[in-house]
Amino acid sequence: MPFADRLAERYEVIQPVHPGFAGTPIPEHFDNIQDLIFLYLDLIDELNLENTILAGFSMGGWLAAEIAAINTKRFSKLVLVDSVGIKPGGPFDRDIADVFAISPNEHTRISWHDPSKAPDPRNMNDEELQIFASDRIAHGLYTWEPYMHNPKLQYRLHRIDIPTLLIWGEGDQVVKPSYGEAFRDLISNSRMVVIPDAGHSPHVEQPEAFINHFLEFAF
Amino acid sequence: MKTWFFTEDAYPNLPDDESYESIRVNLPNKHFDPVLGADLFNMYLDIWAAADEKGLEIMLNEHHQTPTCVLPAAPIALGVLARETKEARLLILGNPIVNRKQPIRVAEEMAYIDVLSRGRLECGFVRGVPYEIAPANAYPYRGSEKLWEAHDLIMKAWTHHEGPFNFEGRWFHARQVNIWPRPYQQPHPPVWVTMGSAGSAAQVAQRKHVGAVFLAGYPNIRRLFDSYRNGYFQAHGDEAPLDRLAYAAIVHVGKNEKEAEKGAEKLLWYIRSNKVAPQFNNPPGYHPPEVAANLIRGPRPGEPNRRDPRLETQLSRGNVFSGTPDQVFQQLKHFWEYSGGFGHLLLMGQAGFMTYDETLSSMDLFAKEVYPRLKELTATYDPDAMKELRSASPDVEGVDMSLLASEFTR
Repeated sequence: MPFADRLAERYEVIQPVHPGFAGTPIPEHFDNIQDLIFLYLDLIDELNLENTILAGFSMGGWLAAEIAAINTKRFSKLVLVDSVGIKPGGPFDRDIADVFAISPNEHTRISWHDPSKAPDPRNMNDEELQIFASDRIAHGLYTWEPYMHNPKLQYRLHRIDIPTLLIWGEGDQVVKPSYGEAFRDLISNSRMVVIPDAGHSPHVEQPEAFINHFLEFAF
Repeated sequence: MKTWFFTEDAYPNLPDDESYESIRVNLPNKHFDPVLGADLFNMYLDIWAAADEKGLEIMLNEHHQTPTCVLPAAPIALGVLARETKEARLLILGNPIVNRKQPIRVAEEMAYIDVLSRGRLECGFVRGVPYEIAPANAYPYRGSEKLWEAHDLIMKAWTHHEGPFNFEGRWFHARQVNIWPRPYQQPHPPVWVTMGSAGSAAQVAQRKHVGAVFLAGYPNIRRLFDSYRNGYFQAHGDEAPLDRLAYAAIVHVGKNEKEAEKGAEKLLWYIRSNKVAPQFNNPPGYHPPEVAANLIRGPRPGEPNRRDPRLETQLSRGNVFSGTPDQVFQQLKHFWEYSGGFGHLLLMGQAGFMTYDETLSSMDLFAKEVYPRLKELTATYDPDAMKELRSASPDVEGVDMSLLASEFTR
C-alpha cells in the first residue's frame, strides 16, 4: 500500500497478513477473532517488539484495540482507522453496516467516497478473483457473530494507557464518524481526526492527508 | 421405487419481481396476507393427506424468510400429518442441523413425531441452501463438519437409554443429555442426508444413510450417485442397496400432452420465481473459494444458465419429468438407468399457483398409471445388468441440451 511505503521511509513497517487473506490458508483450529488476537500476541513476542506504534484498519483496528487492551507494554502509540469492534448502540441499532447482507454495489457505495477506487471483481483475473473470494471467507469467519464486535471490549478499552489516534473517513457509512467518536470516548488518552472526501479506507482515498495525520501523531 | 410427494408450501401471490431485490431473505412480509396464508396452509396439508390416501409417501422440507416456502418449521406440519395420515412414511428433508443451534431439541422433536406416528418418521438432515445463512445467522464455514457433529449428537441422544451422557464438541455442547421420549423405531428412525458434492456423498455412504440429490439432473447425477456407491463399497465391502439413493425432481402427469405441459409450466414457478440477490446466494464461507469466485464473476459468455426456466431445458436436464403417464414413465426410466439406479423418487408435485384439483389430478394419474410401473422397474434392479446399461450410455455432460430436449418433450 502506498501509505505503507511512505511510512517505510522513516520507520520499519511490519505489515502482517491475517491467515485466510491474500491466498493464505486458515489454520485448522481457527474459529473466530480470538484466534487471531492470540496469534498476534505470539507474533509480537516472537518479534520481541519494543516501543512500537500499533495501527489497525477496520477489522484490523478491532484486533489492535483488543491487543492493546490486553497489554500495552510493547507499544508506544495506537492508531485505529475506521475500526470496528465495539457495539455502542442497543440491540436494534445497526451500528455497523451489515456488509454481508447488502449488494456488491451497495457495499461499494457505503465504503467509498469515490466508488471508482473500489476493487472491482470485473477487472480481476481468475487468481485475483479467487483471492478476493477467499478474503471474504476469512473476513466472515473472524467477524460473523457477534457481528464485527466483541460485547466485552467496551469494558476493557480503559486499560489502553498509551496515546491513541483515531483516523476516520468523513464519508464512511460502514462505521460512521459518530461510531468513531463512541470508540474514542472509551479510550482515555485519545483523539480523533476526520478526513474529508474519504470513506472506509481514508489511507487509500486520501493518502496525503492520512500520512500527514499519522506522522504528526507518531512524532 | 418409493415415491414421496412434496410441495414447498409456496406463497405465490407476490408483487412484480422487478419491484424487489430478492425473493429470499429480505422481501418484506407485508406482502404475506395471513388470511390467504391460512387457506394455503390448509390446502397443503389436504394435499399431503390425499397423497397418503393414494398410497404415496410424504416429504416435507423447510425454508426461512421466503415466500417460496412458507413452512419455516417442518416438524410442526409433520406433527399435524402424523395425526392426519395413516399409512404414509413421513420424511422431513430435512432438519437444517448446521443452522439450528440445539441438536438436542431436534432429537426431541423427531422422537415425538416418531412415537406419535407409531414409527413412520424418516428423518433427514441437511446443510441447507446458501440463502438460509442470513436468516439463521449461522456462519457456514466448515458446514459439513458441523453437520456431522450435530448428527453424531442426535444419533446418540436417540440410541442411548441409560441416563445422561455429555457431549462437548467443537460447535455443540450438552452436558446432561437424556431425551424423553426416545424414538419409536429401534434403534432409530431411518436417516437421510442431502448430497451436493462427491465428498459429501461418500460421507453419507460411510454411515449407510439414504443419500438424496435435488435437481442435479443428467449433468451431475452420475458423479454424485457414483461417489455414494463407491464410498459405500469402500466402507462396507458391498454394493449400495437401491434404497440408499434418492432423487428429487419436479413431476407432472397429464391426461394428454397439452394438459401435462400446462401443469409443468405451473410447477416451473419454483425455478422461475427464485430471484436471489448475490449477497444471499453467495454468503462468505458457504461455497469453496473457486465456486464463490465463479459466482462473483457471473456466467462466462456462452455458459448455460442453470436456472433457465424453459420447460424443454428443464426436461432435457432431468430436473422435470412431465407428460402423459407413458411419457413420464419413459423419462423416469431413462434417467433412472442413466443414473445407475435409485430407490426413492422425491416428487415435487405442487408449486406456485397450482391448485388442489390440478395437483390431485396429476397425483392420481401418477399413482395409478406410473407408480406401479416404477415399482416393477426397480424390482428388476440388478447391479451387474445396470453397469452394462450404463457403459452403453455415455455421459451427457457437454452434450447439446437442445437435442436432448426435443427427445423428451415429445
